[in-house]
Amino acid sequence: MKFFEYLKYLLIGLAFGFVLIKSEVVSWFRIQEMFRFDSIHMYGIIGLAVVVGIISVQIIKRKNIKDNKGNPITIPPKDASQWKRYIIGGSIFGLGWALLGACPGPMFALLGSGITVMVVPILSAIAGTYAYGLLRDSLPH
Amino acid sequence: MDILYQPMPWYVAGPIIGLTVPVLLILGGKMFGVSANLRHACAACNFGNVEFFNYDWKKAGYWNLTFLIGSVIGGFLGGYVFVNPDPIDLAASTISDLQALGITDFSGFVPNDLISWEALGTPAGLTVLILGGFMVGFGARYAGGCTSGHAISGLSDLQLASLTAVIGFFIGGLLMTYLIYPLIL
Repeated sequence: MKFFEYLKYLLIGLAFGFVLIKSEVVSWFRIQEMFRFDSIHMYGIIGLAVVVGIISVQIIKRKNIKDNKGNPITIPPKDASQWKRYIIGGSIFGLGWALLGACPGPMFALLGSGITVMVVPILSAIAGTYAYGLLRDSLPH
Repeated sequence: MDILYQPMPWYVAGPIIGLTVPVLLILGGKMFGVSANLRHACAACNFGNVEFFNYDWKKAGYWNLTFLIGSVIGGFLGGYVFVNPDPIDLAASTISDLQALGITDFSGFVPNDLISWEALGTPAGLTVLILGGFMVGFGARYAGGCTSGHAISGLSDLQLASLTAVIGFFIGGLLMTYLIYPLIL
């Protein structure tokens, strides 16, 4: 059933957005606090998320767990030799993250919370993505 | 019911966010990453037929766009219906640093001084909303992922590329916080 297939993603996204809001990850203030190293809050969240993620991915790989359709779960490796794109692109992302105080997930959760002006950075982020698509071949990777 | 209004402690939120990775992998064979949706949005329009956006975005992205709509609804429930009435319990040093920079509103998730329709008419607010959003979108695609795709998913799979990207996130974030933000405010 297509409907239940999508309902599943809707509910996982709903839980994700709810937790982003309730844990205040969406807050511009929490991002400022993180980059000022004033609190464990954001580091604790990202750190524990990564610990749980690492353990889960290791279990999936070692037990050869299949996905819901019975296909083997594969995670495509990223090419670490393209370090320029990760450092330069990552730094540009970091500049935007600290300036706006929100990364893509929180931008949408904040919109849902009633901060309608988030439409502006969302459209701007789509424009930024489009600009990357246009300039991709002339950028160092 | 009261618990729905309370902020969630970091040691509860972190593991739940981490579980998004195996839940999406096992229930759908999907890799968690939010910023791919921005690319799908470009692919859905693709003015000028840019090669980077020439792919079947419906096949690649319907699931993720549905996830994103879910996050908006989650934001509505957590931040509007069951909104916590109290201001965020920030570190005192952060509050005094930000007050020194001229931030006056600490009541919600974001300062009205910078992030509101009124602020969009000020040079600082315009910079934050337009340039901030643009760099998030540009940088995420340049780096091949954002906080979810690299810092959560990529690090969960112990990918060196993602660690490099996260180092980049912090280079940019620290430059902005300590050097550039004081010039904007």
